[in-house]
Amino acid sequence: MPAALKIVLAEDSVLLREGLVGVLTRFGHEVVAAVGDAEALTAAVRSYAPDLVVTDVRMPPGLTDEGLRAALELRAADPALPVLVLSQYVQRAYAAELLDTGDGTGVGYLLKDRIGQVEQFAEAVERVAAGGTVVDPEVVRQLLRRRRDPLAALTPREREVLALVAEGKSNGAVARELVVTEAAVGKHIGNILGKLDLPPAGDTHRRVLAVLAFLRA
Amino acid sequence: MIRTVVRDSVRDALRDTPRAVAYLLSGVLVGAPLLVVLLVLGTAGLALAPLLVGLPLLAVAVLSGIPVGALERRRLDLTRALTRTPPPPDPHITPAEPGLAAWARLRLTERATWRELAYTLLLGFVLWPLDALVLFGALGMPGALIGAPAQLATTSSTGGDTRIAKLWLIDSYGQALLCTALGVVLLLALLWPLVRYARVRAALARLLLAPSEAETERRLGEVTRSRARLVAAFEAERRRIERDLHDGAQQRLVSLSMTLGLARLDAPPELAELLAAAHREADQVLLELRELIHGIHPQVLADYGLPDALADAADRSAVPVEVAVDLPRFAEPVESAAYFAVREALANIGRHSGAERARIDGRYTDGRLRVEVRDDGTGGADPARGTGLTGLADRLAVLDGTLSVHSPAGGPTVLSLEIPCPQR
Repeated sequence: MPAALKIVLAEDSVLLREGLVGVLTRFGHEVVAAVGDAEALTAAVRSYAPDLVVTDVRMPPGLTDEGLRAALELRAADPALPVLVLSQYVQRAYAAELLDTGDGTGVGYLLKDRIGQVEQFAEAVERVAAGGTVVDPEVVRQLLRRRRDPLAALTPREREVLALVAEGKSNGAVARELVVTEAAVGKHIGNILGKLDLPPAGDTHRRVLAVLAFLRA
Repeated sequence: MIRTVVRDSVRDALRDTPRAVAYLLSGVLVGAPLLVVLLVLGTAGLALAPLLVGLPLLAVAVLSGIPVGALERRRLDLTRALTRTPPPPDPHITPAEPGLAAWARLRLTERATWRELAYTLLLGFVLWPLDALVLFGALGMPGALIGAPAQLATTSSTGGDTRIAKLWLIDSYGQALLCTALGVVLLLALLWPLVRYARVRAALARLLLAPSEAETERRLGEVTRSRARLVAAFEAERRRIERDLHDGAQQRLVSLSMTLGLARLDAPPELAELLAAAHREADQVLLELRELIHGIHPQVLADYGLPDALADAADRSAVPVEVAVDLPRFAEPVESAAYFAVREALANIGRHSGAERARIDGRYTDGRLRVEVRDDGTGGADPARGTGLTGLADRLAVLDGTLSVHSPAGGPTVLSLEIPCPQR
């Protein structure tokens, strides 16, 4: 089991907040603060310096996207702060805005529906805390339906690979999922980066850029 | 020629007389008690004004024009055939807020209220006595003459003579029959002026009791505004339902799914199987609920406006959609009407058009929002057939907007909407 994470949790529904604390604790993490609005979230991050922030999008007082706004501000102040945003609905705009902060690493955007799959949820939490990028499969699925430039140049297989990368999976995980070798995945990713016109740089960074291109397409 | 005119006017007068008489007679029946009420209210109000209790009485006197006006407008219905025009509509506007105080405040500031008061005073002090006089003149005098033989018959016992209408002394049936003949001639001669008087009288009432042109226009504005209010109320209700589902049912389901997920971790295999089934069920319900909520009111529209909401609608479309939209934020009803129109268009494209691609164009120029949805399908779409588009057209009409569908057989189908609106 990975090292216990210090987590600040923001969720206005008491029911869900308690549930989330339960799930996170069950997987060995420590919820240092569980708050109910955006202002308290910012304050809690300042006083606890957590390893990860998990926040709802819709929060008091306005019940629109206060949680997301707070997360964006926190990321602007500290681009290295991992943030996992939970949303009740798929919103490409939310995910794109979130990935625009910092260099797009250490962020996640998940549907609340995923929390129920507690093991996958815990995995996503750990991946984001470790600097990974997690985008909800539903967002990815919608994007795949769009078939628009610059993604038009990608083969179906390459799109599959990119979708899995967008979900935050490593080359190894992608290879296992598609039942191919890791080398084949590497080759696909190379082709994707070439087709999306992303020049060689640090590998993780380019992967995030590819995901970003995917989201903005 | 002249004979025809005379014959026609005599026929008209005979036909209109009963209505004219009914109108004038009911005017007397309304006016006489009204005079009493006005005098009582006025004198009591003025006398008690120093004690302040008189002031409400005076206010009632001022507002008494309103029910009298309403009654008189109904009474004008009697003259419908007489003046060849329908009775005038109520000139008052509906108060925006409930309560007697708001009503009284509005009424006291309306010109119609004061015109009605003027009419009421006129009716109480001048018009009904005049009506009575005319009735008496036109019917009473000839009536007395016509009734001369009868009068003579009843008075013969007292001396065999009588005064007709307190004027002429007659003492024989010959004279009496002459009187009758004279009465009939007089009656026929007076019917025409009687009807004329009733017409003029109705015209005067109409002048004071019908809404002025400005008031009619304001009422039309009022109708449009109340329609817009209705749409806004529906919109608010939509948002409330969305929020309730969101903050209630959805949260509980997520919580349930979470509990089931945790329970599965530690459950023995035979129980885990059942829990997994329950979990799948809960997740399916969550998925359906999420789609339902999105259909009621997509949150992205409120948070990010039309461009993102339209891109989102395009994402969900079965047919690939290109989006070229560059728009500022608009008022909520505008954004929502445009969004739902586009979504309906995309749904139609997915269902009927056979199109392979579609495209949404949106721009804002000269204070008008224009959105166009175009597909490469087979065309032949008929907006009159589907109720979906008609409803959306109605909704746009409230905003002074228009919706048009151009869909020749063989395609392509272009749906365009236009709404004049300021940007937010």
